[in-house]
Amino acid sequence: MHELGVTENIVNIALTKAGEAQANKVIKINLVVGELSGFVPDCIQFYFDSLSKDTIAQGAVLHFESVPTQLRCRDCSTIFQPQDTMWTCPKCAERSVEIFKGRELYIESLEVE
Amino acid sequence: MKKIEVIQNVLEANETIANRNRQLLDKHKIFVINIMSAPGAGKTSLILQTLTRLKGKLNIAVIEGDVASTVDAEKVQSEAKAVVQINTLNMPESCSLMAAMIESALKDMPLDNIDLILIENVGNLICPAEFTLGEHKRVVISSLPEGDDKPIKYPLIYVDADAVIINKMDLLPHVDFDIAAFRRSVTGLNPKVEVFQLSCKTSEGIEKWCSWISEQVRANATRR
Repeated sequence: MHELGVTENIVNIALTKAGEAQANKVIKINLVVGELSGFVPDCIQFYFDSLSKDTIAQGAVLHFESVPTQLRCRDCSTIFQPQDTMWTCPKCAERSVEIFKGRELYIESLEVE
Repeated sequence: MKKIEVIQNVLEANETIANRNRQLLDKHKIFVINIMSAPGAGKTSLILQTLTRLKGKLNIAVIEGDVASTVDAEKVQSEAKAVVQINTLNMPESCSLMAAMIESALKDMPLDNIDLILIENVGNLICPAEFTLGEHKRVVISSLPEGDDKPIKYPLIYVDADAVIINKMDLLPHVDFDIAAFRRSVTGLNPKVEVFQLSCKTSEGIEKWCSWISEQVRANATRR
């Protein structure tokens, strides 16, 4: 539901960076999206196609690299991927954990010509 | 074809405005609490209770965020120093308040006469977790009828909370809500969080919550 504003930011960043590099066309935008971030790639692509119309980013492919959730046990420091929604450390069964990876949402790189 | 390294956070635009809000608020020594919950958990009721209890002690303003209507603003109007209603219906993001919406709401407030702003976010446990507004504290309300599994289903909003409120405690005899299990889930995700149990209906626990707010406002005012 909040992908429109986020996609506006993606288009703005891409156009700024492509402009700085004096590119004529943006071919591909590589995005990194954490599994826990509430953003839906299909929805971002949908808005992107409309927002990038008549810019040098029109027709660019959005490539999403999904980052799986990784948690760190606050007790024994084990880093693990949760198997279910319970977020329990597989080593010591502790349920006090912090998010190590999975909240990302950033543009990693652009491919331009 | 050429590859350009970017590594830029897509949410940076919101965070930049949030930082600007925070600077403005700090300049005016205003403490801000962002109140988030699912629809119907009791955000407006808690704000009303807080306004009534702290009236005469603190000058409190309210920013109401809703998809549509001014129902909530009308409810708090008589008790608050100032109220601004934000309707997100025609905004790019209807599911959460954003820093830019707060920035424009602050322009309509008498900032020199306010000690505390309570922001009522749009009822939603997912989207508000992603957007910082420039607030000093983030508070999440969970109410007994929602069930005790919400921290497991929507972890992010609990991970970043400074305080979690268990509301509608008066319903405890009628619902299957395991308070100990809920508290375990919340503190597992967020060991430093403050947890309050209260009922906006009976006022049980409201005093403790209001003391916490007063303490926070005082600490913030003396920090500078």
